[in-house]
Amino acid sequence: MWGCVRRSRIVAAALLWALAAWPAMAAPPERVVSINLCTDQLAMMLAAPGQLVSVSALAREPQSSAMVAEAMRYPVNRGQAEEVFLLDPDLVLAGSYTTPATVDMLRRLGIPVVTLPPATSLDAVSDQIAQVGAALGRAAAADRLAADFEARRARLRAALAERPRAALYYANGYTAGDSSLAGEILVAAGFENVATEAGLAQGGALALERLVMLAPELVVEGARYPGASRGEALLAHPALDGLRRAGARTGGDWACGTPHVLRAIEELAAIRETLE
Amino acid sequence: MTARVLLPGLGLLVAVLFLAALLVGPAGIGPGESLAALLTGRGEAVTLVMREIRLPRALLAAMIGASLGLSGAAMQGYLRNPLAEPGLIGVTGSAALGAVIALQTGLAGAVALALPLAGLAGAGAAVALILLLAGPRGSAFTLILAGIAISALAGALTSLALNLSPNPFAAMETMFWMLGSVADRSFRHVWLALPFMALGWAALATLGRGLDALTLGEDAAAALGIRLARMRLLLVCGTAASVGAATAVAGAIGFVGLVVPHLLRPLVGAQPSRLLFASALGGAAMVLAADIAVRVVVPERDLKLGVLTALVGAPLFLHLIYKTRREGV
Repeated sequence: MWGCVRRSRIVAAALLWALAAWPAMAAPPERVVSINLCTDQLAMMLAAPGQLVSVSALAREPQSSAMVAEAMRYPVNRGQAEEVFLLDPDLVLAGSYTTPATVDMLRRLGIPVVTLPPATSLDAVSDQIAQVGAALGRAAAADRLAADFEARRARLRAALAERPRAALYYANGYTAGDSSLAGEILVAAGFENVATEAGLAQGGALALERLVMLAPELVVEGARYPGASRGEALLAHPALDGLRRAGARTGGDWACGTPHVLRAIEELAAIRETLE
Repeated sequence: MTARVLLPGLGLLVAVLFLAALLVGPAGIGPGESLAALLTGRGEAVTLVMREIRLPRALLAAMIGASLGLSGAAMQGYLRNPLAEPGLIGVTGSAALGAVIALQTGLAGAVALALPLAGLAGAGAAVALILLLAGPRGSAFTLILAGIAISALAGALTSLALNLSPNPFAAMETMFWMLGSVADRSFRHVWLALPFMALGWAALATLGRGLDALTLGEDAAAALGIRLARMRLLLVCGTAASVGAATAVAGAIGFVGLVVPHLLRPLVGAQPSRLLFASALGGAAMVLAADIAVRVVVPERDLKLGVLTALVGAPLFLHLIYKTRREGV
């Protein structure tokens, strides 16, 4: 269990060393703008007072963000190159897959952009903390946060005699498999993911019929948004009435590789205990 | 072929397709086990799949097809124009707009009946507008132009309503509303739509005698005691109720009301009253077949019904336009 902590420290140290070897990064950035939900949250946790100038508007949406209250303290941006440029940042934090056009434009305008890949496992969390910490010049804070995360994660590990079968079920019938962050949260909370039984370890579309036939002991639903959609109406289909849901729902804690995933694991593990 | 053979034949076709629709699905349950579970309730999960997922889906496909076929035949008879079809003249598009507004304003969440009623209102407004613009003697040209305008406006407003929705999934569902699907609809939708559809079918079924008389011309029909104003009202209400309710639960499925009456017209001897019932059965068969095809051809992709009906219907539509032009109507 300490192996993980040590490994993340090694990664952080390696990153620190790489950054220290890079001449221009001697001074930490002073005006940082984040345009991605996950970098928003890591930056809010790690930035020095006044260092973070703006976060993305998604950071204020409770369905996707675990830090709505904190995000209220920052001006929000919609991630458009023009508005980001006008904020005059000396560093932009972005996701590696979203908005490539915006990132290209910002780089052409001479603004340094650090991109963060989406976390697909719990092991990636400490690495992500270290990467954002290094970019912000806050390696010490990142190191403390990662160590604290790994210690809490280690305490949550429990040997289980029996793992109830559960399914993650999102709008439009999508499910997440074992090789995703949500899938790892499910397993860490003491469940077995039926998506893997169905051959969907990578996740994907799981027809309603097949979910019913798999008969999981718990269905963890995707977060609900205001307004109406046919994709979410599927989650209210009467065929699912017989399956237990116990109010288990994904949300902001599940979306990003931040220490908030531990809260998701704790809540889900508490629901597992009520099942027995 | 006489009507005596045609109607039982169509009925048999619908029954066979309905059975096939019940047996096709991603769960991969054997046909014997499926039917046993459907009828006796043996096997908890299989029964749930059959009774709550496949049965309502097949019922909706048949009901929606019947509504589209019947209203297509009735409109074509009344306007004496083979191009009058609920999808082409903007009736289904307007019904979808009504349904989307009801869903996105939260009205449909508060009052369940608001969904079919809003579809009905949208469809009714479009039919009334078409009859006003094209008139009983309207040329094919006016009819199609008015239809294009109404379809375009309804489609744009539907996209607008979905784009303004606070729900991130809603905007992605433009395709569902434009092309239609009965995937994963439940008995809730069957019970919402059925009363309105049944009222619509009843209204349209009474038009038979009047439609036959109209083939002789309006004056002759009036002389035979047919009240045209009353016929028009029944046509508007019947189409609005059946197509409006169908679209509110399954989106806009095009071309069914064009293809089915066209194929069946030569078989019933060009008598509009006999075409009505035959088109209802034919429409049910066509939508059931399309819904089986979307599950067999690309099972993982949730292909929309309107894609298949358009693949059959659009070439026929072009053919009909060509024929109409050649005849100089």
